[in-house]
Amino acid sequence: MSIAAALSSENAASVGPASGPALAAGPTRRARSGAYLLLLPGLAYLVVFFILPVVALLATSLYVPVPGGDVGQFQPAFHWQNYPDAITAFWPQIVRSFAFALIATFAALLIGYPMAYVIAIKVRGKTLLQGLLLVLLIAPFFTSFILRTVAWKQILADDAFVVTALKWLHLMPEDGRLTATAFAVVAGLTYNFLPFMALPIYASLERMDIRLIEAGGDLYASGLNTFWRVTLPLSMPGVVSGTLLTFIPASGDYVNSSLLGNPVSTSMIGQVIDSRFFRVSDYPTASALSVVLMVAILILVGLYVRRAGTEDLV
Amino acid sequence: MTRAQDLPADPLIRALVQQARQSQRGSVSRRSVLAGAAGMAGVGALLAACGTGGTPSGSGSGSGGAAGKDVSATDKNVYWANWTLYLDYDEATQSYPSLDGFQEQSGITAHYAEDIDDNDTYFGKVQGQLANGQDIGQDIVTLTDWMAGRMIRLGYTQELDAAKIPNSVNLLESLKTVDFDPGRKHSLTWQSGFGGVVWSKEKVPGGMRSVSDLWNPEYKGRIEVLSEMRDTIGLIMLEQGVDISGTWGDDEFYAALAVLEENIASGQIRQVKGNSYKEDLISGDAVAVIGWSGDVTQINFENDDRWTFALPDAGGTLWSDNLMVPVGATHKANAEALMDYYFDPAVAAQVAAYVNYICPVQGAQEAMADVDPELMEDPLIFPDSATLAKSFVFRSLTPDEETKYNGDFLTAVGA
Repeated sequence: MSIAAALSSENAASVGPASGPALAAGPTRRARSGAYLLLLPGLAYLVVFFILPVVALLATSLYVPVPGGDVGQFQPAFHWQNYPDAITAFWPQIVRSFAFALIATFAALLIGYPMAYVIAIKVRGKTLLQGLLLVLLIAPFFTSFILRTVAWKQILADDAFVVTALKWLHLMPEDGRLTATAFAVVAGLTYNFLPFMALPIYASLERMDIRLIEAGGDLYASGLNTFWRVTLPLSMPGVVSGTLLTFIPASGDYVNSSLLGNPVSTSMIGQVIDSRFFRVSDYPTASALSVVLMVAILILVGLYVRRAGTEDLV
Repeated sequence: MTRAQDLPADPLIRALVQQARQSQRGSVSRRSVLAGAAGMAGVGALLAACGTGGTPSGSGSGSGGAAGKDVSATDKNVYWANWTLYLDYDEATQSYPSLDGFQEQSGITAHYAEDIDDNDTYFGKVQGQLANGQDIGQDIVTLTDWMAGRMIRLGYTQELDAAKIPNSVNLLESLKTVDFDPGRKHSLTWQSGFGGVVWSKEKVPGGMRSVSDLWNPEYKGRIEVLSEMRDTIGLIMLEQGVDISGTWGDDEFYAALAVLEENIASGQIRQVKGNSYKEDLISGDAVAVIGWSGDVTQINFENDDRWTFALPDAGGTLWSDNLMVPVGATHKANAEALMDYYFDPAVAAQVAAYVNYICPVQGAQEAMADVDPELMEDPLIFPDSATLAKSFVFRSLTPDEETKYNGDFLTAVGA
């Protein structure tokens, strides 16, 4: 049991308005049913835009082609074989997607944590500077991320200054390149999802009482020790949501791999789903792959959250 | 500017509204009841199609005719979906001069949308509505031969009235007979183009004469090919001595695919791309590509004439994009008026001078004298017989072949 944990629970109690006795003495049954009514739009939204599509997706994943039918014509069936077929054909892309997403998530954490730390802790009190840094962090969102990725292509192009400079410094072989490589794809993923990592961590750290760090010093903990025992545990909710917000969309991303990748070693599953759906009109395979991706993410995230602790999510 | 203001465009809702109006008047005709019934059948079809992507055959083509009620006479609008950079455009006035001419001449307002950037993707977007005979909001769509063939086969198009398009006699003789649309009843050619090899004059000073020249180790990692299977595989097949218009089968296709796979695996081919190979030529990431004729003229115009396009000695591909009226479109007569206008040689020359693809209209070459005399002898716009003899149309594929070849091709190119 650390001081940090003790203090943070106290902290939480003071933040949550509905905790403790207030709740017991609070709303009557009638008011509560009113609250449930307020939930209805959200529920309806979920049913129409999440449950129904998922059911349709599951159904389509079991369809078979219409005998003698045209391209893209399928009929309802329970053809479970679609799943093993899809996985056998595309397991390398599935594995690669998770590997790339994992590396990108780690990279984003390594880059994003210090950024969030500086904005939330180091420049706390300097409102103008803090605001400016936050804007810089969020600014990329003002432009379409496809445009930004295309811009990367130009910046990293063979004849552009980055590659030329690296070659001049002999940091890169003469026939080396940056675009159309796995490195470019992972770097693109890291860059595109960085704000999703940094912002939740910032939100966690921003709420932290800075006196805790001073208290750590008073108790003869080194700076590193204080960080490890106080700051990091307190920012865990942000780290957990940041990693989830980065990992999940990164695993299904196909923009980076199609724009920055090559045809040999960078195809991700999102790209395959896109091409099966729109190019081949093979809807059952595309649906089966989507379901596989969804289930795999669910399992991975479930394991992760179990390990990280659900209380960190809220 | 909304269309069909008095009645909703959706056939199902329209049928219900019509039915409601009829009953208010107190008289329900047999026809309106039937229309209502068709509407309810439409609900079933809609639910069946909802979320499934493709509907079983049979539910689609039948309901089409009724839905596409032509309101051209009262509603002077026409909606046209086309590819980007495919119509003469005036930067200064931000308008399409030839389209303005049409509006003045006919009194019909044309709504032009650069909606199409890929045959398959566009088809995927509109298929569900077309299968139910619904209006997709466009009266003319512009799609490539093989996709036009699929649309016509599936009953997703309306038959054109030749009497309303007298200028269609100007269609080039070679394009009047096509296997995907016997008698040209459902389609007319918009533009045609070649698939061939493109190289940077600076980086490949010796030029290229064949697809095999792309596999020169000197250009390793700087070669790109098209993600359009018919062009990339078609060119490799031609190189291997196959007549792509003739009767070939799996052996020939997979022999060509093997060459592609080998050059992808070795890293010779950097990326496989659609239209965006142009950016890589400009940035220098690609020094030579399999590309399209008109694109090269355009990027040369903007970048000091740095690239050359050529049909390989073994031959290049020839494709066309076709104008069609989708089932459910409600301005067919206006659409036909627009097609007729663009088959006037003078107008066709005006378009050709801008888009730089092959002009499908007889007489446009002579009319070009008034637009841009230099282009009269451009073999990529008005190909001579020698050039045409070197270009071949990829034969139509059966639905099974289409799915198999396209799937294997995309797997090979990593998508």
